[in-house]
Order: sequence, then C-alpha cells, then structure tokens
Amino acid sequence: MIRMENVTKAFGDNQVLQGTSLEIPKGTSMVIIGGSGTGKSVALKCILGLIKPDSGMIYVDGKDAAKGDRDKFLARFGMLFQGAALFDSLPVWQNVSFRLLRGPLKRPAEYAREIAIEKLRRVGLKSDVADRFPSELSGGMQKRVGLARAIAAEPEIIFFDEPTTGLDPIMSGVINDLIREIVTEMGATAMTITHDMSSVRAIADNVAMLHGGVIQWTGPVNQMDASGDPYVEQFISGSAEGPIEAVR
Amino acid sequence: MNPVVALGGLGRAVLTLFANFGKVAIFALDAISHIFRPPYYPREFAVALMNIGWLSLPVVGLTAIFTGGALALQIYAGGARFNAEAVVPQIVAIGMVRELGPVLVGLMIAARVTSSIAAEIATMKVTEQIDALVTLSTHPMKYLTAPRVLAALITVPLLVGIGDIIGIAGGYVVATQNLGFNAATYLQNTVNFLETKDIVSSLVKGAAFGLIAAIMGCYYGMNSGRGAQGVGRATKSSVESAAIMILAANFILTGVFFSV
Repeated sequence: MIRMENVTKAFGDNQVLQGTSLEIPKGTSMVIIGGSGTGKSVALKCILGLIKPDSGMIYVDGKDAAKGDRDKFLARFGMLFQGAALFDSLPVWQNVSFRLLRGPLKRPAEYAREIAIEKLRRVGLKSDVADRFPSELSGGMQKRVGLARAIAAEPEIIFFDEPTTGLDPIMSGVINDLIREIVTEMGATAMTITHDMSSVRAIADNVAMLHGGVIQWTGPVNQMDASGDPYVEQFISGSAEGPIEAVR
Repeated sequence: MNPVVALGGLGRAVLTLFANFGKVAIFALDAISHIFRPPYYPREFAVALMNIGWLSLPVVGLTAIFTGGALALQIYAGGARFNAEAVVPQIVAIGMVRELGPVLVGLMIAARVTSSIAAEIATMKVTEQIDALVTLSTHPMKYLTAPRVLAALITVPLLVGIGDIIGIAGGYVVATQNLGFNAATYLQNTVNFLETKDIVSSLVKGAAFGLIAAIMGCYYGMNSGRGAQGVGRATKSSVESAAIMILAANFILTGVFFSV
C-alpha cells in the first residue's frame, strides 16, 4: 500500500502540493485526475524520491519511503513516462532490458535480449523492433516500448504518467487496454496520472481528483459520475463553468 | 544611481559568483568520487573515450598544424627585425608545447566536447531520461558523468601531446619549405631545446583542461532549465565557463611550472 500524508511541495512562490493525502491499497489501480499544473506529476515523483517533499510523509507498505536502501526501493517500481523517456543512444531491446545489462542485476546479453523481446511481444510489438532505435519509432510504438521497459523487471508497483497523451484515440485505447491487462495479470499496484477520461474509465479501480494542491475527492471509479463533487463534475463534463478556473 | 543600491548589486553578484563556484566544486568532487566507486559502466566509458578522444583528433590536428605553421611565419618575420631568424625551431617548439598546444586543444575540446556533453545531458533531463535512469536504479552521476570525466582526463593529455607534435610539424614544414631552413638542423634544434619539464607541463595542463571541459559540460547539462531554451542556455554557459576556466587554469599552471 502507498500512503501520502499531508505532503507539501513548493517551487519558489508556487505552492504545488498543499497537504496532499492519499491512500492506494495494494493490488489496486488508482488514477489521479486534475488540470494541468495541479501537481499530479509532482506527487508521483515525490513518491519515487525524484523530488523531495518540503513536508509530510510517504509510506510504501508501512515503511518511510525516504529511508532504507534506495536501490531495493526503486527495484519495486516500474514507470512509464509521459514522453516514454527512452534512451536515444540505445536500441529498443537495450532500453527494455536496461536493468539487466548493467549494474548489480547484470545478466548475459543473450538472456537480456530474450527478456526484452518477450516483453515487446507482450505489448504487441514484433521482434524486429528490438534492433531499431527509439527515433525510428512512432509515438505509439515508443509508448509501448516504455511500457515494456516499465514491466521488464516484473515490478510490484507501476506508475503511468499521462500514458495516452499525444496519441490518437485508437492507439490510446490500445495502450489503456494493455495497461489494464498487464496490471491485472501482474497483480501490481498501479498509479496513473491522466487528463483522458477514457483512460480513467479503462484503467481505474479508484479515482482521486487533485486540485489546489489537495485531493478534492477520491472514490471508486463506478461512483465517479455520481460523486456530487463540483470539481469532479466540472472535470468530467469539460465545462468552463465551475470551481476550476478556466484561465490559470 | 544611489551608491548603496549599486554596492548592494555588486555584493549580490559577488555572492552569486562564489555560490556558483561552490556548487561546481561540490559537483566536481562528487563526479570524481563516483569514478572510484562501483558499479562501473565500461560500455559508457568506451563510448566516451571514442567521442572525446578519437573523434576530436581531426579538429585538434588541423588546429595544431595551422597554428604551428603560422607561428613559424610570425617568429621568422619578428626575428628578422633583429637578425634572430634562426630561433624559429626553438620558439615554435617551446610555444607549442608550453602554451599554444595545451590552450588551443583545451579550447577546441571546450567547443566540441563540452558543448556536446551539455546539450546531450540537458536534452536527457528535459525529456525525463535522467528521471528514467533513477527509476531504473541507475545513478546519473555514475552512468553519465563519471565515464565522461574519466575519459576526458585520459584522452585530453594525449590529444595535447599529439597536438604539440603536429604543431611542431606544421612549423617544420613551413620553415623548411618556405623559409629555407635545413630539415635536419631544424629537428636537431627542436629536440635539443625542449626539456622534460616542458612536456610534463603540457600533459598536466591537458589533464586539467580535460577535467574542466567534462565537468562543466556535465554540470550545466544536469542543471539545465526546461525546454529548448534551457538546453540552449546550458550549452552556451557550459562552453563559456569551460573556456574561461581553462584560460584561468592555464595561467595558474604556467605560474606553478615556470615562475622564476
């Protein structure tokens, strides 16, 4: 289980998180929604330790996320970045099996390549993609490679940062289905950040609405439409009228 | 202008300068410490050796040969004013080995390597590749900085040595083909005049300049701002800072080796 307790984070005068508290039960899929610049990615990066919160606590399985062996902690996570964040200088298969090719988890190159091809197949890519470079792939293919990299080490917790941004509706649907399938199949705890309501409905067990640096509403996805929360209602309807200012 | 306000501005600028020096120094110590601490990344080190060393050879060679040739012409023309044309081999050798070789190679490395390192790492930062490295349990200082710093530390002194030889060769070609010097005498004078200390100072300067070039590229890349403008600023600042620090370090090292 992941638990955030009153986490705050400011960048200069911009107070992004203002006491964010959230619980993600083990083995469930939580989707965080909210407007651009409301701190969704910051919250996610705080959990991973990529950004240090100004105050508040973050626990993973009851243990303080800021303490303990950092490598062991990160080995439990997989992450799909918004722009896929593939390493341009490495071919696709080396991106996917990055952890298996260097450092303490190093394995023989043939084995790492086999694992990479297996994971590429899992996300619907053929083995001939393995030797291409990221710049030779379309946006959708890059997202799938990023997804393959996120699941390559069979992590217990997977984060997805805007998994469908910049993709056409069909490719978005494919990525959403893949995420849902993989998370269910692996029994992983998932946390997704998105603006895309079709992603929310496809991926989420639970939804949290982040606005003004705090969680305004959280609950099961099937209660989202009848939440009665003005922030959630405005976000779902996409209306310019409501508590969320259209001009920010 | 109110003198208190002006003095306050000056004070802030000086404090910022010292703060930046401190940040770079801490970054440099951290980067150097990661060279000695596992895990090591031999593939990244080999790629850095190739990029910084081997691929810099053409630009270093061309810079050195033209500089050596021009130096020979200048010394001959200047020496002719007081009948000292014969000193061309000695002055070309000492000028190239002690000063022009290391400084020009250092500046060319700052232009070619520092800019490339800063732009590459800054782009990786902007596109979240550095965050991705962290989530893959890979320390960016170990994976990106340590191999580049070590490669520069090894290859730049070698490039300086090669630049010295090519520069002297440029002077030799001009002196023997255009200025009527005897080839054997020219070489004899060059070899006899140079001292071990000259060569050691050249290589030590090369190592220092290589360290500066790589550290500044990595520092500005890692601390880049957002977007294309952030990458552009990081690249520009890295080259400016590396060039100034190389020239300052050259002055200090020249003082250390040759002060009377």
